Amino acid sequence: MVFVIGWVGPSTGWATRVGYPVNQPVPFSHQHHVGGLGLDCRFCHTTVETSATAGMPPTYTCMTCHSQLWTNADVLAPVRASLKTDQPIEWVRVNQLPDYVYFNHSIHIAKGIGCATCHGRIDQMPLTEKAASLRMSWCVDCHRDPRPNLRPHDAVFDMGWQRSKDTPSGDQLVAQYHIKGAAELTSCSVCHR
Amino acid sequence: MTEFGRRHLMQLVAASAALAGLSGCGPSETPEKMTPRVDQAPGETAGEASYVATAVVQEGFATGAILQHRMARPVKLEGNPDHPASLGAADAPMQGTVLDLYDPGRSAAVLSGGQIADWNRLALALAEKRRQWSKDGGTGLRILTGSISSPSLAAQLAALSQQYPAARWHSWEPLSRDNVAAGARLAFGKPVDALPQFDKADIVLGIESDAISAAPGHLAFARAFGARRRAAETGSGKMSRVYAIEATPTLLGAAADHRFALKPAEIELALRAIAAAVDAGPAEWRGSERPGWVDAVARDLAAHHGAALVHAGPEQSPAIHALACAINAALGAPLRHIEPVAADAPGLAELAAEMHDGKVETLLILGVNPAYDAPADLGFVEALKRVALSIELATHVDETAQLATFHVPALHMFEDWSDARAFDGTATILQPQIRPLVPGHSAPAMLALLAGTQDFSARDLVQDTWRQRVSGDFAAAWSGWLRKGVVDNTAAADAAVTLRRDFATALPKPAQTASALTVLLRPDPFLRDGAQANNGWLQELPRPFTRLTWDNAALIAPATAGRLGIASEELVDIARGGGKKVRLAAMVLPGQAEGVVTLSLGYGRRAIGAVGEGVGSDAGVLRVSTAPWQADDATLHATGQTYPLATTQQHQTMDGRDIVRTFSVDDLPKAAAAPERASLYPPYPKGDNAWGMAISLGSCIGCGACTAACQAENNIPVVGREQVMRGRAMHWIRVDRYWSDDVANPGARFQPVPCMHCEDAPCEVVCPVDATVHDTDGLNVMVYNRCVGTRFCANNCPYKVRRFNFFGYSGRDPRPAMSWNPDVTVRDRGVMEKCTYCIQRIRETKIAADRDNRPITDGEAKTACQQACPTEAIVFGDLNDAESAVRKRKASPLDYALLEELNTRPRTTYAAHVRNPNPEIKEG
Repeated sequence: MVFVIGWVGPSTGWATRVGYPVNQPVPFSHQHHVGGLGLDCRFCHTTVETSATAGMPPTYTCMTCHSQLWTNADVLAPVRASLKTDQPIEWVRVNQLPDYVYFNHSIHIAKGIGCATCHGRIDQMPLTEKAASLRMSWCVDCHRDPRPNLRPHDAVFDMGWQRSKDTPSGDQLVAQYHIKGAAELTSCSVCHR
Repeated sequence: MTEFGRRHLMQLVAASAALAGLSGCGPSETPEKMTPRVDQAPGETAGEASYVATAVVQEGFATGAILQHRMARPVKLEGNPDHPASLGAADAPMQGTVLDLYDPGRSAAVLSGGQIADWNRLALALAEKRRQWSKDGGTGLRILTGSISSPSLAAQLAALSQQYPAARWHSWEPLSRDNVAAGARLAFGKPVDALPQFDKADIVLGIESDAISAAPGHLAFARAFGARRRAAETGSGKMSRVYAIEATPTLLGAAADHRFALKPAEIELALRAIAAAVDAGPAEWRGSERPGWVDAVARDLAAHHGAALVHAGPEQSPAIHALACAINAALGAPLRHIEPVAADAPGLAELAAEMHDGKVETLLILGVNPAYDAPADLGFVEALKRVALSIELATHVDETAQLATFHVPALHMFEDWSDARAFDGTATILQPQIRPLVPGHSAPAMLALLAGTQDFSARDLVQDTWRQRVSGDFAAAWSGWLRKGVVDNTAAADAAVTLRRDFATALPKPAQTASALTVLLRPDPFLRDGAQANNGWLQELPRPFTRLTWDNAALIAPATAGRLGIASEELVDIARGGGKKVRLAAMVLPGQAEGVVTLSLGYGRRAIGAVGEGVGSDAGVLRVSTAPWQADDATLHATGQTYPLATTQQHQTMDGRDIVRTFSVDDLPKAAAAPERASLYPPYPKGDNAWGMAISLGSCIGCGACTAACQAENNIPVVGREQVMRGRAMHWIRVDRYWSDDVANPGARFQPVPCMHCEDAPCEVVCPVDATVHDTDGLNVMVYNRCVGTRFCANNCPYKVRRFNFFGYSGRDPRPAMSWNPDVTVRDRGVMEKCTYCIQRIRETKIAADRDNRPITDGEAKTACQQACPTEAIVFGDLNDAESAVRKRKASPLDYALLEELNTRPRTTYAAHVRNPNPEIKEG
C-alpha cells in the first residue's frame, strides 16, 4: 500500500521568498564582486570551512578595497559611517532558519556540497535573494540521498560548475568523503538539539 | 509495502489543515539582522566557542575556571583541569557565578540615601578626606574586606598603610575558618593550613568535615577521595574506610562506612578518647563511659600509621581542631602543612568596638555585607550610624547599602583584572571576560581612590605585583599564566610543625553543657553566606539531604521531633537565650543528632533583588561573635501554624527495592553474563557510535554539581517555589537521596538520575507525533518542534526523567537573552524536554571529527554533568569503542541497570555503592 501525499502547503515562491531580492543598507552586488571581479566566497565569508556559520565580513574587509576605490560613492556611505562611528552594518538576513535548527556550514563544505547548491548562482545576483526554500523537506531530500549534490573538493566554491564525464560518480564521492547513510543523516539530532 | 506510521497520519492531518485554510501563511516574520564586527576580534570565530581561563573566588580562595565564550560573551563555566583546586571540576556556586554576572538585579548606580547619586560627589568627598589624611596619617579611616588571598590587593593595602599609618584594615568573613587557625595555634603554636591527602589515606575520620563539600580545595580533595572510594570497582588499589562523627549530616558523613551522630559536646569527648587511644593525649581522656565504637575506630586509625587522617569542619571548636592536629601528628597522617594562604587582619569585633566609640570617621566596606551577617551582639547597624562617611562597594543594593552614606556598584569578578590564591597557595590571574555590564568599580579601584592614585588601572596593578616576582621575559610569562590560568611555581612550600609540648594541658576544658536543645548555624550548601541569594539556579537546586529548594528549615532529628511534638512543615520560633528569634518551618531529617537543630545561613535576605529577597528566614540573627556556629541555650516553640516546604523528593526510602544497590567490599558480586531478554520493541538502525553513561554510586558524593552544570549548559529554566511544590522542577539530572533502612542511624545514598536513554524506550512508543525517537547513535532524542505536549511520554517513563514546560518558564525568566547557551534550543510552553546527553556537545565533536575524517577519541565528547563532577563518578562515551572508559566501567560486575526488570535496556547504568565497614563495629 503506497500513500502518495501531495504536500499542498504554502510552498510558493512568495511564501518561501525564493527569488525575491532583499533590500540591504548597502546594495551589495554579488554579481559584481563574484561574477565580475572573481572574488572567492571565502574572501569575505572566512569561517565557512571551519565554523557553523559562514561568517559575515567586518567593515574592515569592505574597506580593504573601498578605502581606495569608490571612496566617495553614495551607496557606500553606510560602510564609511560604520567605520567612523564604530557601529556595525546591519545586514538583513536572506537565508533564515528557525532557532531550533542547527545548521553547520563547515561540514557541508568538507563533504563536497557546493555553495551554489543551496545559495544558487550568487554570482548572478545583483541583490542577494534566497535560492532554495530551506524547508525541512528540501533539506531531508539531500540528506536521504546526497549523491546528486556532491562535488569534488576543488569545485565546491565554483559557481558555474557542472558535472562532466570525468567527475567521480556520486557513489565514489560518498565513499571518498565517508558520508554516512541515510538513516544517520536523517536522524532528528543531526539538525535539532 | 510501505508502513503507514504515525508520521504519515500526521502528514495527512496537516495536509487537510493546510487545505482547509491557506490564509495566514506567508512571510510574516521580521527578518533577522546580521551584525558583523567593524573590526574582527583576534581569536574569535563566529559560531564557534572560545575558552578563556580565569578563577572564581569564594570566601577569598580561588578555584580555577575556564569560561566558554560565544561571540565575546561568557555562557558556561567549566573547571580548569590545570588548576590544583579544580582539576577540571566545578561546584554549583561556581556554575552560578555566570548567572550572577548577568543578574538583572545587579546594582548599576551610585546611591546615597537611597537616591541615585553623582559619582563626583563621592570623589570630591574623598578628595577632601585625602587632604585631611595626608596631615593626620589617616586617623579614623578604616577599611573592611572579606577574606583576602589576592597578592595585588594585599600589596595595595600594605602601600595604603604606609601612606596612612593610622588607618586600619579589618577583615570580616561570615563563614570564617578562624577556629581552624585557633586550633592549629593550640596544637602547634602557630596558624597553618593542613591539606589532607586523601589519595594516601586508607582510613579517614571526619568530624563534621567539609573537606569534600566546601573547604577551600574541596573539589581536589573530593577527586582523591572519590578515587579511593571507587578502588574496589576499578580494581585499582585499596578502598579507603571512612568514619564520620557529626551532629548534622555532611557529604563526607554520607559517604562514610560508619557514621556516628553525636551532640556537639559529645564529639569533643569522643575525640579526646580517640586521641588518648592513639597516644596523642593523656590516658585520662579515654573516659569511662565512652561508646564501644570509639576504641574500634582508634584501633583502626592506629593500625594504619602514615595512612590515616582526621579532618574537622570549620565550625568545630578550636579544641577539636587542636585534637585533630594532635591525632594526625601521632598517626603520621598524610597531610601537607603550609603557611596560611589568606591574609590575616583584625576582625569585625574590633572594628565594631571602635565604631561604637566614635573613633571611625570614614569606613570603606569592600564586598562584604555586615549589616546582614554581622553577629547580633556587635550591634553593627547601630555602630554604622556613628560613622560620618561610610562607603560600600557591592554587586547588589544590599542591607549594608541601605545604611551606608554611599553605595557603589561593584564589578563582577569576571569584569576586571585581579588575582587570587588557591587552597595550596597557587595563584591565578583573573582576567576580564566581558566588558562591564554595569558602570561599576572594583575593590582595587576603590583603594586607589583612597590613595589618590591618578589613572588607576587594575591590570597595571596586577602586572606590577607579579613583575617583581619574575626574572626574565615578563610578557611571555604573563601570557603563559593567562592562557593556563595558573601562575607557575606559586604553590606554598611545606611549613614545619611540631606539636606543642604543653598541648594537652593548654587545651581548654571541655564545656559542660546540659542543654536540651542545641542549635547549629551552618552555611547553606549552595548559597553559603547568602551573597549569591539572588541566584535562581542556586535557590532552586535541591539541598543534598533535605532536597529542599527556595527555603531554609529547622532540621530536626525524628526522635527530637517526636519528643517536642513537632512535625515537618510546622512553623517554629527559635531563639537564643532571651535574644532575637527566627521563625521557620521544621523539617524532620534523619541523621541529625538527638537534641540538635540545624539552621542554614544565607537566607532571609532583606535586600538583594527580586529573586532572593524574603526567601527563607535569616538564621544569622542567632549568631553571636563568641559562638557564631552554635547556640547551646536555644529555645524552640511551636507556633501551631504550618508552612509548606518546596521539596523535590516525596518518597524517602527504597522500601526494600534495589534502586541503589549496595555491596560490602568483602562480598562483591561475581561477573555474570546478563541474560539477553527478548523485546517486543521495534529495532532502530544503528550508526557508528553508541553513546552510553556509567555512574559510580560509590564515588558520587551527592554534591549537586551535575545538576547545576546541566542547568547552565542546557538552558534549563528556573520555575520558582510554587511550581517546585507542584512537582514541576525542570532539572534534567536530579540527584535522588534515599535513607538506608537503618531507622536509628540511617545513611544517605545518592543517585544521580539523568535520562536513561533506553534502547527500548517506553516514552517513544506512546508519542502520537513521533516527537521522541531514537537516533542512530542510540540516543533517545526529543524533537521540541514536533512536540504537542500530550505528556504521554512522561507518564510512560519509568524513571520519571521527563520535564514538561507547564508555562513559558524560559520566556518569563528575567535573565538577558545574551546569557543563554546559543547551542541549545530555549524551550517554550507546552513542550516536553529531558536530558539529551548534551547532544550539542556530541554534535560538535562528531562534526569536528567528521570534517577531518578521523574517529572520535574517547573523552572528546563530555557531558556537562560529567565535566563538572568532582569525583569523576560520571563517565560518558562511545560503547562501540572497546577501549573507552565508559565501556570499562560497564564491564564491572557492580554495573547494573536501574529497574532492570522492566527490560528497557538503558544506556545509563550504575556501579553499585560499595561499603568498607569495620567488622568490629556493628552500629553506624
